[in-house]
This record gives sequence, structure tokens and C-alpha cells, in this order.
Amino acid sequence: MVPLHSYLILSAILFSIGTIGVLIRRNAIVIFMCVEMMLNAVNLTFIAFSKHLGNIDGQIFVFFVMTVAAAEAAVGLALMIAFYKNRESIDVEDMKLMKL
Amino acid sequence: METFFFMIVAAVAVLAGILVITCKNPINSALSLILTFFCLATLYVTLDAPFMAAIQVIVYAGAIMVLIVFVIMLLNVRTEAGRRSSHSVLFGSLIGLFGLFQLFYLLNRSSLTGQKGAMDSDLINKVGHTELIGKALYTDFLLPFEVTSILLLVAIIGAVILTKKKI
Repeated sequence: MVPLHSYLILSAILFSIGTIGVLIRRNAIVIFMCVEMMLNAVNLTFIAFSKHLGNIDGQIFVFFVMTVAAAEAAVGLALMIAFYKNRESIDVEDMKLMKL
Repeated sequence: METFFFMIVAAVAVLAGILVITCKNPINSALSLILTFFCLATLYVTLDAPFMAAIQVIVYAGAIMVLIVFVIMLLNVRTEAGRRSSHSVLFGSLIGLFGLFQLFYLLNRSSLTGQKGAMDSDLINKVGHTELIGKALYTDFLLPFEVTSILLLVAIIGAVILTKKKI
């Protein structure tokens, strides 16, 4: 029986890796993938707690998080394609039109 | 034995996660991310959530990652050029590690409390995980479920509008 703490620690590590990826990478798609990884870390926490507390509600939340991730993937990738058509690049350094 | 298995899967998940942020080529990052998702699906199975594991593989590793890989190949994104970036790798890593230490601190300091519910392995084996999820989803969570359908509709319309010729 693996204790709940192990799952939470793994989840924390994955979430931090995702955070670091968002902060240090410049490719918009890689940043997007890091966000997906952070969402997955949260999902792991939800399911571990659901098992620990004997309550199914956490898994329903994972269901909704996955739906939001799917919607986010569709809209986010459409945004990136639109940006690439205008700028020939998906580097976040080039996304500075509103910068002073 | 179970702990050993958990350690192996967790190590692979973390290693693949580190590969996601260190690979220069976005395709390699995407493949590593798929490996992370599969490791998480394995953990879901050990956590008595087989339906969630299936959804994880089908929706995340299947649908979303195929979409991402498709866009990477469509845009023909080359590896990041050696241009000087304003993002400091060192600074970003420091912030991330600081967050990690904060999370560890919280985990060690807090005690886990909460009321135990009725769901355990016996019930899941007897009734079935999918049926339990379905019952909860269509009774207690009916309104959020319907709102989710509106969210998906908005996402479809948004994606169609954004990829039009003139934006």
C-alpha cells in the first residue's frame, strides 16, 4: 500500500517541472505542453485524495479538468496557427505587439 | 512490491517530465509528455480508478497529444535558435524550485484529515468504477455537466473562427 504522501510528492514534482518549463522555454507549443503537464499533476492529486477519502467526487473533477484541457487545446492551437500565419513564428519573444 | 512498482513508474514519469522541458526539438518533448501521461495512467490504475486511466490514455495521450503533434508538424517548427532570450533559465528554475520547496514544506507540516466516504475497493469491484462515475456525474453533478457542454460548444466555435482566412 503506497501512502498518500508519495503520490502528493510526485504530483508536486511534476507540477514544479511544468512551472519551470513555462518559465524557461520560448516555444509556445512547448509552453502549452508544460501547462498540460501541470494539469495532469493536479489530476493525480485529485485521484489520490479520492482514493484516500473514499469519495468519488474527486474523480468527477478530473473529468471536468480533462474537458477544459481538451477545449483549451483546440482554442490554444488555433491561436498558435493564426499567430504563425501572421508572423511566421511561434516564439513567445515575438508576441510583444502590446508591449510599450 | 507495490512500493517498488510505484517508485519505478514515478521515476519514469519525472524523467520524462524533465525531458519535456530540456529537449530542443518540440517533437521529442511531445513524445516525452506522452510517456508521462502513460505513467500517470498506470498510477490511476493502482489507485482503483480504471475508468480515469482509460480516459487519460484515450483523451490525453490520444486526442490532445495527436492534435499537438499535428500542429508541430504542420507549422514545421524548428529547434529554438541560439538567440539571446530575455527569459533567464537560471531565474525561472530558481522560481520553480522555490515553489517545489514550498510544496514540500506544506506537505510535511500539514496533517491529512477528512471524513471517509463510502467508496472502497470492494464497492468498486462489485458495482464497477464506470457505473459509480456515471451515477455521480448524472445526479449530483448534472449542472456542471451541462455547463461543460456549453464550454465545448464555445471551444468549437472559437477554433473555427480563429482559423479563418482573415482574422
